[in-house]
Amino acid sequence: MSGHSTFEPKHPALKWFESRLPLVGLLHSSFVSYPTPRNLNYWWTFGGILSLMLVCQIATGVVLVMHYTPHASMAFDSVEHIMRDVSYGWLLRYMHANGASMFFIAVYIHMFRGLYYGSYKAPREVLWILGCIIYLLMMATAFMGYVLPWGQMSFWGATVITNLFSAFPVVGPTIVEWLWGGFSVDNATLNRFFSLHYLLPFMIAGVVVLHVWALHVVGQNNPTGVEPKSEKDTVPFTPYATIKDGFGMVCFLIFFAWFLFYIPNYLGHADNYIPANPLVTPAHIVPEWYYLPFYAMLRAVPSKLGGVLTMFSAIIVLFFVPWLDTSKVRSGRYRPLFKQFFWIWIAVCIGLGWLGSKPAEGGYVIAGRILTVWYFAHFLIVLPLLGLFEKPKAVPASITEAVLGKNKGGAPASAGVSAPQTKG
Amino acid sequence: MATSGTAEPTRRDFLYLATGAMGAVGAAALAWPFISQLQPDASVLAMSSTEVDLTQVAEGQIVTVKWRGKPVFVWNRTPEDIAKAKATALSALMDPVARNANLAADAPATDENRAAEGAGREKWLVVIGICTHLGCVPIGHSGEYDGWFCPCHGSEYDSAGRVRRGPAPENLAIPPYKFVSDTKISIG
Repeated sequence: MSGHSTFEPKHPALKWFESRLPLVGLLHSSFVSYPTPRNLNYWWTFGGILSLMLVCQIATGVVLVMHYTPHASMAFDSVEHIMRDVSYGWLLRYMHANGASMFFIAVYIHMFRGLYYGSYKAPREVLWILGCIIYLLMMATAFMGYVLPWGQMSFWGATVITNLFSAFPVVGPTIVEWLWGGFSVDNATLNRFFSLHYLLPFMIAGVVVLHVWALHVVGQNNPTGVEPKSEKDTVPFTPYATIKDGFGMVCFLIFFAWFLFYIPNYLGHADNYIPANPLVTPAHIVPEWYYLPFYAMLRAVPSKLGGVLTMFSAIIVLFFVPWLDTSKVRSGRYRPLFKQFFWIWIAVCIGLGWLGSKPAEGGYVIAGRILTVWYFAHFLIVLPLLGLFEKPKAVPASITEAVLGKNKGGAPASAGVSAPQTKG
Repeated sequence: MATSGTAEPTRRDFLYLATGAMGAVGAAALAWPFISQLQPDASVLAMSSTEVDLTQVAEGQIVTVKWRGKPVFVWNRTPEDIAKAKATALSALMDPVARNANLAADAPATDENRAAEGAGREKWLVVIGICTHLGCVPIGHSGEYDGWFCPCHGSEYDSAGRVRRGPAPENLAIPPYKFVSDTKISIG
């Protein structure tokens, strides 16, 4: 893809360096001159927001480790020590805990964006799969992080999730003991979770680099789903995307700050302020909100192994979406039927999340079963069939046509405003 | 960007500066907690004073107590130790300053200024047991001057804790302390 400008070092020292390691040139071509579709909307700012959240989580996490003690008899007290004694410890811990939730809010919006606009379709399959891997790593990281304060929810969450593996026939119990490093969740479990919780974010950062690399090879999708065809269809990343991403980040941070400063415990559970007790399980045990849809699926299936497999399949199915969607049209904008099914599926996901927070009894279980079936039907039946039967609307010939066509009936001046790059 | 033929600052120049300044303030405010968290926390500060019962220290004995994680030597000096320290001329000292946190910063390193203040208390010498060279803990009742000898680099201190042979540059520091009763001191 041709850029808007290339980096040419002027300073002799920079020239010397650039001919040995073209680092500045790489950054320039990736984040300054990189051509982005001119019609990206605010749903496209969540990639940048997610990078920001990853940095936020790693920065606050590294600092929290300076005051945290990963030991079964000291972990809970060390977290309280962070909250009460450490200078700004309360702020840093709340940033980290709420930051995890913000990270998931952003990743869900980012994924829904990809699903709506067909960002997973050729040639972006690898980009999509790398994203799914990041999501899996995020779930593992968040789960292990939630165990570290060693409160009641930490302990029993760890017990329930690790026991999922006991569902596998024959090897199950052995696997669980291996995961625990003992016969129950205890100090050995806490220590390995702590180690991995520190490791995985850096693995996420590594996969993020691959994700961004893959993105820059195939180029960004856009709301029309039409590939940029000429220089007129794109604008340089800086200033257009940088400013738009920056504004998106600021708005997101305001949302984050609202949780952080006004309702820092809203997304947590009061039971986690009770030290872990291996002899008593809390009355209502629920995972963090971002796992709730999967938790609902786990409980919807009346067999232990079946529930576990269903839950894991719900994530694995995402990896195959590029091949399950048979439609030639990329963006949901031009797919009238898909659009409706997409929103139904969003409602199903939210419904499952709500059911996950309810006790597993009566109507909740029945509703959970219906929605679980629909969740999978969307991927396995609706997406393949829609491509065959749906009559898509006319797709614009180019991004520029889609952007300027909207203003055809209006004042010509507004068309001029939305074409700022024409002289470049 | 905003290319203007005139030298006058434009509205856009102002906006750039204002935005940049606001961003700098925000970045500094964000960095503050990350830097502040490194300082001693409330639980460390709460343990910053230590009491010592002097009746437990026999004549001639040096006891070591921990104050803020550091060793503090409390020496019940014999009359000979005191006499020797008093006989030393200030001009013979490497460091002529008392280094006593309870006195003025320029107080001379006489034995009176090094020992505990008050009648009958001059036998008490309270010093931080950290060599002023590179932080090792010197060994008591040893060295040529009958004070402390540092095993790391051979610095020697006399019976008033004053450095007499290098490489240490300063006398052993005297921590802030006071007598809470005739037989008890509170350090810190």
